[in-house]
Amino acid sequence: MEEYYLLWQSLMIEGEKLPFWQEFYVKFYQAFIENNRWQQYLEGVGTTLLVTAMALCLGIILGVLVAVVRTSHDQQRPGKKNFFLGVANAICKVYVTVIRGTPMMVQLLIMCFVIFSRSREFTMIGALTLGINSGAYVAEIIRGGLMSLDPGQMEAGRSLGLNYVDTMRFIVIPQAFKAILPALGNEFIILLKDTSLITIIGGKELVYAAQGIYGRTYEQMFPLIGVACIYLVLVMLFTWLLGILERRLRQSDRR
Amino acid sequence: MIDVKNLSKSFGDHLVLNDISEHIYPGEKVVIIGPSGSGKSTFLRCLNLLEIPSAGQIAFDDAEDITDPKVNIDKIRRQMGMVFQHFNLFPNMTIKRNIALAPIQTKLMTKAEAEEKAMELLRRVGLEEKANAYPSQLSGGQKQRIAIVRALAMNPKVMLFDEPTSALDPEMVGEVLSVMKELADTGMTMVVVTHEMGFAREVGSRVLFMDDGKIVESGTPQEIFENPQHPRLQDFLSKVL
Repeated sequence: MEEYYLLWQSLMIEGEKLPFWQEFYVKFYQAFIENNRWQQYLEGVGTTLLVTAMALCLGIILGVLVAVVRTSHDQQRPGKKNFFLGVANAICKVYVTVIRGTPMMVQLLIMCFVIFSRSREFTMIGALTLGINSGAYVAEIIRGGLMSLDPGQMEAGRSLGLNYVDTMRFIVIPQAFKAILPALGNEFIILLKDTSLITIIGGKELVYAAQGIYGRTYEQMFPLIGVACIYLVLVMLFTWLLGILERRLRQSDRR
Repeated sequence: MIDVKNLSKSFGDHLVLNDISEHIYPGEKVVIIGPSGSGKSTFLRCLNLLEIPSAGQIAFDDAEDITDPKVNIDKIRRQMGMVFQHFNLFPNMTIKRNIALAPIQTKLMTKAEAEEKAMELLRRVGLEEKANAYPSQLSGGQKQRIAIVRALAMNPKVMLFDEPTSALDPEMVGEVLSVMKELADTGMTMVVVTHEMGFAREVGSRVLFMDDGKIVESGTPQEIFENPQHPRLQDFLSKVL
């Protein structure tokens, strides 16, 4: 294996025109196998998944919080408005507006070079930024889900004497969750791919690994196509898993 | 039992309920009739504060004014069952869980007690074999019978019915009405908004005719149906009977 690589590579350097498959072999070897470079991709995938998972958790926590504050503020009894809920609602609105109104790349740069300019934990800063960013979108997805539900469900729960929180917990949220799962899955997939952006602040994920490799070999095609394939496979895998979850949740719809 | 004083409700500029005062006594079966948009449903929904009145007081049992924001409305609602036009069963739960959820979560009963109660109630309406089915597997009439049973599981003192048969296929109206009749025979206090004049006549102990946000005429079914006084009621009855 390695002999062929070395032989054909030296021929290429001498300027000889090799057949297509030999050239392919050399570049492939260079991009993935030489110096065990595949390990760098693997580490990159690990970081990508870790960052996605952390950002996802943070995004969902923030999203649920913001969505619940926003909806419960809107559903208050007239004349019984809660002052603190009003303040929280205003903060949530500013959060959603600012995050959705600025590009993710700018947010990353600001977080890295302005807010956490002394930290060297670029990957963690990236995960944090992505989580905060995702939270704003998740909040609107969840709010949409909560609002799309027939108000009769809330009324039925409340008319039985359940309080607002219990009605939300047992009746509204489980149904809303089922309704928003496709949108949430979409957001998750976008998040997974957006982790590639943290490369610009030095987060050591998949694209960072590819850049490091083609910076050394001066051969961009194979690392980049390889990375694209890895993202594609990951997304397809998660789409499949989401499909299973959706089918599970559809149990009560069977007739 | 329920004492309504000077109740008004407006949506924006539109006055739906115009200064209504009415008393509902224990054991009464009050049937509310009237044309669409007359405020029947809004009146009913004000009784358990699903709609917040714009003005007026509602006394219920010991509570002097349940419209006071300081009153714990959840406690009041536990004693007032409500049945909706569109059933509003919880589609994400089995029938048994639909019925047992509220008694368990409000700590009225333990899980075992609530489930036993659910099965007993299901037997009463002849649907015990549906205990583990989901609402989407039931017919409209079955759903509404479950909805009635779900409200009864909380052992309410009053049952409010908001056009319980209006969304049903004609052939399913009978089964729901017969459950309501049985319930009436047990002495339950009931307030029913309906277009079923036969039911009003047969089961009602008192009939209220509402028009344009006011109770225009009130009396026994005989008085209302045999000898209507107000021209609006005469006009209404001539159209529906």
